[in-house]
Amino acid sequence: MFPTPVEKLSPAARTGYQVALPIAMIMWLLPLIAVMLISVRSANDFTVGNYWGWPTEWNLLENYGLVFTGSAMPQYLLNSVLITVPTVIGVLILSTMTGFALGIYRFRFNMLIFFMFIAGNFVPFQILMVPVRDLTLDMGLYDTKAGLVLFHIAFQTGFCTLFMRNFIRALPRELIEAARVEGVSEIRIFWYVVLPLMRPAIAALAVLIFTFIWNDYFWAIVLTQGESAQPVTAGITSFNAQYRAAYHLMSAGSVVAALPPVLMFFLMQRHFIAGLTLGAVK
Amino acid sequence: MSSPAPAVPDTHPPVANRRGSYWKRNQIALTPWLFLAPAVFMFALYVIWPIAQSFNLSLYRWDGLGEARFIGLQNYEELWYDDAFYTSLWNNVLWLVLYLLAIPAGLFIAIFLNQNVRGIRIYKSLFFFPFVISQVVVGLVFTWFYDPSFGLLNIVLGWFGLGPVAILADSNLATYGIIAAGLWPQTAYCMILYLTGLNAVDPEQIEAARLDGAKGWRMLWYVILPQLRPATFIAFVVTIIGALRSFDLVSIMTDGGPFGSTRVLAFYMFEVALSEYGFRMGYGAAIAVVLFLIMLVYITFFLVKMYRDERAG
Repeated sequence: MFPTPVEKLSPAARTGYQVALPIAMIMWLLPLIAVMLISVRSANDFTVGNYWGWPTEWNLLENYGLVFTGSAMPQYLLNSVLITVPTVIGVLILSTMTGFALGIYRFRFNMLIFFMFIAGNFVPFQILMVPVRDLTLDMGLYDTKAGLVLFHIAFQTGFCTLFMRNFIRALPRELIEAARVEGVSEIRIFWYVVLPLMRPAIAALAVLIFTFIWNDYFWAIVLTQGESAQPVTAGITSFNAQYRAAYHLMSAGSVVAALPPVLMFFLMQRHFIAGLTLGAVK
Repeated sequence: MSSPAPAVPDTHPPVANRRGSYWKRNQIALTPWLFLAPAVFMFALYVIWPIAQSFNLSLYRWDGLGEARFIGLQNYEELWYDDAFYTSLWNNVLWLVLYLLAIPAGLFIAIFLNQNVRGIRIYKSLFFFPFVISQVVVGLVFTWFYDPSFGLLNIVLGWFGLGPVAILADSNLATYGIIAAGLWPQTAYCMILYLTGLNAVDPEQIEAARLDGAKGWRMLWYVILPQLRPATFIAFVVTIIGALRSFDLVSIMTDGGPFGSTRVLAFYMFEVALSEYGFRMGYGAAIAVVLFLIMLVYITFFLVKMYRDERAG
């Protein structure tokens, strides 16, 4: 088949391909499908050991309802939103600014600052852990959403700067030159010329950062402790402790926790992939 | 206070405006710094400075609360004799090597999906699914998948008369089980990189190669792969970083066990510094420094490559 388009092959091969696709997909997503199936089972099925047979009853609403009413999950979800959204906004503001500064201007240390952001972005979290935790404690922000948001903004700006700067680099320079000749101030150039052109980059990074921050677990457990500030990734582990062997509830909880980034991905697919594959095509 | 009368009549506008003109004259030089200041400040505070602090802290004995005591290189000396450290280091090597399987696996799936049939876009998105999901959820999902009493894996093994195996309870298998779970989202990521790369492959070159009689493996190796170089490079970088960052899965799936056999440096550091093993911040920092130095090799490699590209472009 490779690299011949399947349309050019014999009908048999084409049918074969069409059949292979769903089979491959089911195998690939098997663990996930299993979790979704478990999440609609009843507790009864588990006590009698009916894990994979036909469910004796469908408990979709009961199980998912219990996730929302019988546990702190709503609070965790809310925390996740309140951590993720401000982070995304903060990162976008800071990184469009750095991208603009590093992409448009020539000055000493330009490359050095740019490389500092990139290198910092690759650093293992553990080398930051103790000092960042102390810093957050000192600022009185330990176990608060604000403490997490500030750190995430700072760290993710490193990654986004790379993307923003390269994106701005690829814009036609003549636009900026022309605006300068007209006597437009630099700040207005940023606001009225460059920013509108950056919409695709901003959209791409918004979804990407949303996913990264929503899925963060490490910093959640380092910088927060309890229900009041923990996001859903950390919360799910206490949920785990609460419903130890209630796999149907755990599964439902996991599906709920995983859903927002999945929805985000499906809504903004094109942008998401544009952000991820940055640099993969030249 | 009084200034001497100017020898030449002052043609400058009044002071208030002069500041404006200073800004006007220098705005091209000043603007980048203005735009960089907040981000550089935040980044320095939360990333650069903490790295230096961790290096420093690794020379102290500190429980996180009381007085820190300078002990020189003792933490590193202790590491040298620490079996748990070597287990973690060895597991990191395993991660680094096995995680790279995500690259060929991703390429394989990308080639498989790189067709124009009905509904293919949905398939591509569904294959990408695992990457969008939190590692915490991936960890939970795979823990159940491996479960010896009801996990799907053992049921499938049972069909072939094998098993059951308690992968995560077996200290010889647990790390491999976790890595396999990690490969799942990572392969999806590499797949997307290659799918994008394949989109940009030049059909004329394929035609030309076909006329020269190239097909199958030769086509892949000599014609397609060279054009996928940028995708391979990015896939390599993100996979290595992913391997060295592995923490979530270890923490969720085995919590380092059984008997510490699945620890990696990232996890061991956390365990030493922030768990019931005692708040040994200095010792934790020393482990983090080792991990950082390993990562530095790859960071340098990446930056050098980027620097060359910048120079060339």
